[in-house]
Amino acid sequence: MEWVNAIIQGVLVGGLYALFAAGLSLIFGVMRLVNIAHGDLIVAAAYLAWVIIQVTGLHPLASLILVLPIAALVGYFLQFALFNRVLGKDILPPLLVSFGLSVIIQNGLLAAFTVNSHRLQAGALETASFEILPGVGIGFLPLLTFAAAVGVIAGLHWIFYHTALGRAFRATSDDTEIAALMGLDNKKVYSWAMALCLAIVALAGVLLAIRSNFDPFMGPGRLIFGFEAVIIGGLGNLWGTLVGGVILGVAQGLGAEIDPGWQVLAGHVAFLLVLAFRPRGLFPRISG
Amino acid sequence: MSAAISRSTRASTIAGFAALIIVAALIGSPWWGDVATERLIGEFMVYLALASLWNLLAGYTGLVSVGQQAFVGFGAYVAFTLALLYGWNPLYAVPVAGVATALISIPVARLVFRLAGAYFAIGTWVVAEVFRLVFAQVTTLGGGSGESLPINTIKLIGVTKFWREATIYWLALALGIAALALVYGLLRSRIGLALTAIRDNETASVSLGVRISHVKYAVYVLVAGVTGMVGALILLQKIRVSPDAAFSVNDWTAFVIFIVVIGGIGTIEGPIVGTLVYFLLRGFLADLGGIYLLILGALAIAIMLTAPKGIWGYVQKRYRLYLFPTGYRVTETE
Repeated sequence: MEWVNAIIQGVLVGGLYALFAAGLSLIFGVMRLVNIAHGDLIVAAAYLAWVIIQVTGLHPLASLILVLPIAALVGYFLQFALFNRVLGKDILPPLLVSFGLSVIIQNGLLAAFTVNSHRLQAGALETASFEILPGVGIGFLPLLTFAAAVGVIAGLHWIFYHTALGRAFRATSDDTEIAALMGLDNKKVYSWAMALCLAIVALAGVLLAIRSNFDPFMGPGRLIFGFEAVIIGGLGNLWGTLVGGVILGVAQGLGAEIDPGWQVLAGHVAFLLVLAFRPRGLFPRISG
Repeated sequence: MSAAISRSTRASTIAGFAALIIVAALIGSPWWGDVATERLIGEFMVYLALASLWNLLAGYTGLVSVGQQAFVGFGAYVAFTLALLYGWNPLYAVPVAGVATALISIPVARLVFRLAGAYFAIGTWVVAEVFRLVFAQVTTLGGGSGESLPINTIKLIGVTKFWREATIYWLALALGIAALALVYGLLRSRIGLALTAIRDNETASVSLGVRISHVKYAVYVLVAGVTGMVGALILLQKIRVSPDAAFSVNDWTAFVIFIVVIGGIGTIEGPIVGTLVYFLLRGFLADLGGIYLLILGALAIAIMLTAPKGIWGYVQKRYRLYLFPTGYRVTETE
């Protein structure tokens, strides 16, 4: 029964990893940018929520009413003032700028909040669970996180294929020059994409911070989990990303069941195996 | 009036002589300097070597790795294993660590080369994390908390403290200069021509017959091997190894990237200038702790935004100054 439990908990954690991955996938899809600071932005959003809760006394989930729009605004201006200035044919400048941003966020958070870890107190939500089998319980929070991941991915799908903004995303993704000729302001489209990405990042950050302790240096680890989910699932496939997150979560859960020291390692090994045998991921989008 | 084709410039000839004098002075450092100076120059050489090697990868080959700490740590652990478990003189373990690291980088390359562009960067990082987590599981090598070199193996390096310090220092000096010479020599060779072609236009160079994947592969493995030797040297300097320090992304990749970006990516002189700036800044700002890293990151971003070729790129453009010329130029002679 322990193993069944490990698998079920792994599946649910996969939802959180899919949330880490969804923003990464969105940004890569629209502008071919890999943001190394992605994980640090997740952690920064958790700190933002922590500050807002300290000031207002809101419940962490209620704090999202403020955290989401602030994060989206930050994303818009981050893209507008920073990434739009270095995006081009050469992948090196945006990559290095995001690397610099990652180090700045980590050490900025360290200076502001010290190295001590924090956690968002969510009262009954933290421990509430129901038993589906003897010895196998499902927590409300992990279930909520998984549902949020499904909702975010369904929402992204809807935006991509049923709205004007999504049409603009797809157009700039396919061919920036033609999109510009047709009257699209690519830089504005990119800024909207980053705003949307940071809203997802904020949601992921708050859910992460209710679930576990966070400190200024846990960003890179979250980036790597999100990245692994994207690659396992297959580039450009949002539902694949959810499956990728689930596979990663289950691999980590099984690894931890064997030896606590193998938890993260088992996830990396699953990722490397996919890379070795299915280099385009398990569910690559048909058109490259 | 006729024309001559030459590689050297007057600046490069002067720079060559100046370099010889500087190297001669540095070799004598154990006699004219104190241990603190020796260690500082030794550390300078570590960063000079790592920066030159990373610059060769990212600036010329387009392989932007953020996982070079995998090879630093692996080299350190190979040397540590040989010294701790087999009683080797750690000095002899340095070249073996280089060869072992080059060998391990072959399967690594086979995996990470499947990831294109920016995803390659994070893929190399995952590999470094795997190395760190695996070595943390090996209890005979100190597990997660690490282990020091035993006294009797340290004594094999040199009988007195003076000779131990001097030997480790000379090794650092040799590796720093060797890394620089390797990059310079490679860029002046046929491979260098291929690399420059790839850097300038990948598609055009393929159509002219440059075998890109072979060149990238070879450079990646070569850089990994030398990086492994630098890792073994770092073990000698620190006498101690632990997974978190040996595979530190900040120490062996973040600082190195900032050095190259600030100094000038894609130039041979850039890493030298960058390492000098880095050590100067560190001297002034080290007391600030985390803020120091924050300033370094902001400086690197500012340079990417305003002068993407760094300090030396600016100097080169403005004054046409080439201390390590790799191209040919035509000069008029009377």
